[in-house]
Amino acid sequence: MNYQQSKSVAIVNPDTYGLSTQQKLWLGFGMIGLIMMLLAGFNVTIMNSSIYMVLAMTLISIGVIGYSRASYNHKKAGIKNDGVTFKSITSRGVLGWLTGIALTGFYIILYFYPTFLGLGTKGASNAGLVALFDPFSKWLNGNPASQWFVYGTLYTLAIIIFGLKFILKYRHDQYQKLRTISVMFFQLGFAFLIPELMSRLNSDTFKLPYVDLKSIWPLNYYNFDKYRVESLIDAGDIGLALLIFSVISIFIITPILTYKYGKRWYCSWVCGCGGLAETAGDPFRQLSDKRLSIWKIERWIIHSVVVFSVLMTTAVIHSYLGKDSSTYWLTKSVFLLGVGGLLTFIFAWVMIFKREALAKDAKYGAFGYFVVILALMGLFVFDQNDHLFFFKTSELRRTYGFLIGSVFSGVIGTGFYPILGSRVWCRFGCPMAAILGFQQRLFSRFRITTNGGQCISCGNCSTYCEMGIDVRSYAQKGENIVRSSCVGCGVCSAVCPRGVLKLENGSQEGRINPTEVLLGNDVDLIKLMNQQ
Amino acid sequence: MGHIVIVGNGISGVTAARHIRKLSNHRITIISGESDYFFSRTALMYVYMGHMSFENTQPYEPHFWTKNRIDLKKSWVNLIDHKDKKILLENGEIMAYDKLILATGSKPNKFGWPGQDLKGVQGLYTKQDLEQLEISVPNNKVCKRAVIIGGGLIGIELAEMLHSRNIPVTFLVRESSFWNSVLPDSESAVLNDHILSHGIDLRLSANLKEIHSNDQGAVKSIEIAETGEIIPCDFVGLTAGVLPQIELAKASGIATNQGILVNRFLETNIEDVYAIGDCAEQQDTLPHGRRSIEAVWYTGRMMGETVAQTISGHKIAYKPGHWFNSAKFFDIEYQTYGIVNNALNKPKSEMQMHWKHPEKNICITVSYDKNDKRFIGINTFGIRMRHEVFDRWLNEQRSIEFVLDHFVEAQFDPEFFHSYVNEIQLVFTTILSKSNL
Ligand SMILES: Cc1cc2nc3c(=O)[nH]c(=O)nc-3n(C[C@H](O)[C@H](O)[C@H](O)COP(=O)(O)OP(=O)(O)OC[C@H]3O[C@@H](n4cnc5c(N)ncnc54)[C@H](O)[C@@H]3O)c2cc1C
Ligand code: SF4
Ligand code: SF4
Repeated sequence: MNYQQSKSVAIVNPDTYGLSTQQKLWLGFGMIGLIMMLLAGFNVTIMNSSIYMVLAMTLISIGVIGYSRASYNHKKAGIKNDGVTFKSITSRGVLGWLTGIALTGFYIILYFYPTFLGLGTKGASNAGLVALFDPFSKWLNGNPASQWFVYGTLYTLAIIIFGLKFILKYRHDQYQKLRTISVMFFQLGFAFLIPELMSRLNSDTFKLPYVDLKSIWPLNYYNFDKYRVESLIDAGDIGLALLIFSVISIFIITPILTYKYGKRWYCSWVCGCGGLAETAGDPFRQLSDKRLSIWKIERWIIHSVVVFSVLMTTAVIHSYLGKDSSTYWLTKSVFLLGVGGLLTFIFAWVMIFKREALAKDAKYGAFGYFVVILALMGLFVFDQNDHLFFFKTSELRRTYGFLIGSVFSGVIGTGFYPILGSRVWCRFGCPMAAILGFQQRLFSRFRITTNGGQCISCGNCSTYCEMGIDVRSYAQKGENIVRSSCVGCGVCSAVCPRGVLKLENGSQEGRINPTEVLLGNDVDLIKLMNQQ
Repeated sequence: MGHIVIVGNGISGVTAARHIRKLSNHRITIISGESDYFFSRTALMYVYMGHMSFENTQPYEPHFWTKNRIDLKKSWVNLIDHKDKKILLENGEIMAYDKLILATGSKPNKFGWPGQDLKGVQGLYTKQDLEQLEISVPNNKVCKRAVIIGGGLIGIELAEMLHSRNIPVTFLVRESSFWNSVLPDSESAVLNDHILSHGIDLRLSANLKEIHSNDQGAVKSIEIAETGEIIPCDFVGLTAGVLPQIELAKASGIATNQGILVNRFLETNIEDVYAIGDCAEQQDTLPHGRRSIEAVWYTGRMMGETVAQTISGHKIAYKPGHWFNSAKFFDIEYQTYGIVNNALNKPKSEMQMHWKHPEKNICITVSYDKNDKRFIGINTFGIRMRHEVFDRWLNEQRSIEFVLDHFVEAQFDPEFFHSYVNEIQLVFTTILSKSNL
C-alpha cells in the first residue's frame, strides 16, 4: 500500500454524538413497536390481537437489532465506549431520568396495579395489554395471559435482543460472547419456555407450581412457602424430584460450582436478573457508585437482606411444620435446631479457618449470625405457630415479598438502571448474590489476577464495573481482586487498555496477595517491602 | 519528624508520598500548580472520548489524603532557596522544608516551528491541555480537519481521540514507518495498516515546515517540508515527544542536563533535594540497559517507591528491574518485556523471530542472543502476556528454547480466547532449527 497517497476516509457524522440517520431510522421502528404496546395498554387495538402483538414485538426487535448494527457494524471490533459520558441517556441527563421514571412507573403498575395493564380480575376476561398476549399464552400453556406472562415475555425478549446488541458490541471478546449466549439460553429455556410448557401438564387432578429450575433459594424466596411445597408434594414423583432438586441446588450444586468458578457461574452466566442487567442494562453499568462510603452502605444493606430472608424462610417453614415427631420426622423443633446447628457450624468454621481472609467483614458476619440465632431462639422459646416475636409470619413473608421481591428487585433494581447503574439489585439487594459472594470470598478458586506492574491507574476498570468495585485500587497495587460482590462479568478485563486483568480459577494459595512494591522494581526492594 | 515537600502531584510524587507515609511519621506536603488532586495523566484521552469523567481518572478519593495526613497545595513553585531550605510559591508564600523531592514531570517538545504558538496549536500533556482541546476541537463543525505532528504514543492517542469525534485527521510522522524508532519494521508495518484502516490520513516521512495563520492569529493550514503540500486545517496537535520539566531546578541552581541530574540514590547535586520521575536524568549507568531518562508511568512509580525508602531512613539505590511497557494503538494492545530493538539499533548479536496472524492484527517478536541463545525480550500485539513470568525468565536468563517450550505459562489472554501458542511454537522452532544448521 502506498501510504503517501491515502486520504482520510473518516465517515463524517455532523452531530458528533448525535444519532446517525440509520440509527434514527431503526430507533423509529422500535419506538413504533413500543407505542403499539402502549396503545394496547389503553385498549386501542386495530387488528387481530395475535397479529398486533407479533407485529409490535417484531418492530421492537428489528429496531434494537438494526440500531445495534448501525452503531457497531461499521466500526472495527474493540471497545465501544465513545461518548458514554456525553450522551444524555447514559450520563443521567434528561433522557436518563425520563427513562428511569418510565421504567419505574411500569414496574409500579406491574406489581401493584396490574388491572391498569388490563388484567381481568374476579373471572373477568383480560383487556388491554394483557389481552394482547392471551393468544400467545393459550398457545404456550393453555391459559389466558397474566401480567406475569406479559412481563416474562417482554423480559425474555429484552434479554435476547439486547443480548444480540451486547454480542455485537463485544464481538472481539470470546468470554463476553459465550456468557451472553448462555444467559440468553437460560432465560429463554429455563425461565420462560420450560415453566410455561410444564404448566401445560397441569390439569384438574395434577398441579405443578411454576418452576424455574435455575432460580434458587433465596432468590426465589417463595420456594418453601406452604402452598408451593404442598403442591410439589401433591404432584407426586415429579414434584418431589423438583423439591429435592431445589434443596440439592442450595446445599450441593451451588457450593461446588462457586468453589470452582466463583459466583459468576450463576450471576453472569445463568441468572435472569443478572442477564437483564448485562444486556439491556449494559449502557448504564458505569453509573454505579464507586465511593468507599457506598461500599459500606452496600454491606449493611445486603447482609440485612440475607438475615431477613433466612429468618423469613425459617419462620415460614416453621409455621406449617407439625409438632408431633411420630407423624413426620421433620418437626418444628428439629427444623429450628437444624437451622441453628447449620448456621453455628458455618460460623464456627469461618471464625476458625478463615478469620484472616474475612478481616473487617467479621463484624457483619457475627452480627448477622447473632440476629438469626436470637430469632431462632425466640421462635423456639415462644413456640408460636405463626409469630416471630411480634410479627405474624405471614405478615413477615408479605413484607419480604413486597419490599425485597417487588420494590427492591423490580422497581428500584430495574427501574433505576439509568440512575444508579445496572446492578443495583444484585449489589445491594440480592440475598443469593450475598451468599454466593460470601463463599466466593472465603472458599473459591476464583480471583481476578493483576498483571504485575502494568497498571497505569487509568480507571477504565473501576468506571465500567457495574458492581461499583474500585478495581483500580487493587490493580495499581498489583493485588488480586477477591471481592464477594464481583459477579465475574469480565468487563473490567475487557476495557483495560493495558491487559492488566484476567479472571481466573486457580489454587487458593497466593489468591489474596497484598503487595507493597510492584513488580518491575528492584527485586531486593520488593522482597524487603513485602516482608515488612 | 521532618517536613517533606514534594513538587508535583503526578504518579512519582504521589507514590513517594504514599510510601513515606507508610514508612514514617514525617509531615508531607505535595504541591502542584496543575490540579487539586492526583489524576492519571495516561487517562486524559478517555475523558475527551467520553469513556470516563475527569473524576474517574483520580485514583484516590479526597478523603484519602486527609486520612493519610498528606497535605495538598495547589500552587506553582517559583524558586527553591536551598541554602535556607525554603521554597517560594507563586502567591508569594514561603514554605520551609527538610527534604525536597522534585517530581515535576515533562512538557511537550517544540522544535521552534514557525507558527507553533498560534491559536489552535497545542500539545497534549496537562489537564489544561485537555480543557483547551475541548474548546478548540469540540466537534467536526468547529474543526474540519486536524493535523497531528509527531508519531509517538501520545500522537496516536490524540489521533484516536479526534477520530472518536469524527474529526478528519492527518497524521504527520517523521519516520518512514510509524514508531519504527522503537519497533521492528514488521510490527511497525502492521500499525501503519491499522492506522490507515481507521481512516486516518497517515503521512510517513513527513516533517512539518510551517504552520500558517489566518487573520485572527489562528491556524489556517500547515506545510509539509518534503513535498511543500499545504493542508488546510483548524487544529494542530504537537506530539513530537516530551522533555523533562527542569525550569524550576535550573533557575534554582540545581544541576541539570536534559533532565535534573541525579545519582543512583536519586539525589541531586544539592543536599536534601531529590528528583524522581519524568524530570530526572540518571548520571550513572543503570542495570539491564535502562536509559538515563525514561518518561513512562512505571519508572516514575518505581522511583517514588525507592526514594521513599531513602527518605524514611533506609538508604537504597534506584535499581529498576527489566524493562516492560504497554500501550494501545487504536484497537491493538501492545506489551513488551525485556529488550527488542528496532532495525536501526539492533546489534549483530540480537536475533529476532517474528510471527504474524495471516489476517488478524496479532503478532509477536522474540529476541535472543545469537551466541548463547539467551532470551532477551518480547513484543506482543493483540496477545496479553504475564509480566511476572517474563520478569522471572529474564532474571533466570532462560534460553530461547526454554521460553518457547513454556510459552503457555506466560499467556494472560482472557478465558476462551483463541491461543496461538501452537502456531507460534511451530514457526519459531522451525526458524531456530534452521538457524542452528
Ligand atoms: C497523554 C499521555 C498519555 C500517556 N500514556 C502513558 C502510558 O500509556 N504509559 C506510560 O507508561 N506512560 C504514559 N504517559 C507518560 C506518563 O504519564 C508520565 O511518564 C508520568 O505521568 C510522569 O509522572 P511524573 O509524576 O514524573 O510527572 P507528571 O505526571 O508530569 O507530574 C508532574 C506535576 O508537577 C507539576 N509541576 C511541574 N513544575 C511545577 C512547579 N514549578 N510547581 C508546581 N507544580 C509543578 C506539574 O504541573 C505536574 O502536575 C503518558 C503521558 C501523556 C501526556
Ligand atoms: S470486578 Fe470486573 S468482573 Fe467483577 S463485577 Fe466488576 S467489572 Fe465485573
Ligand atoms: S483499566 Fe487496567 S490499566 Fe486502567 S486502572 Fe484498571 S487495571 Fe489499571
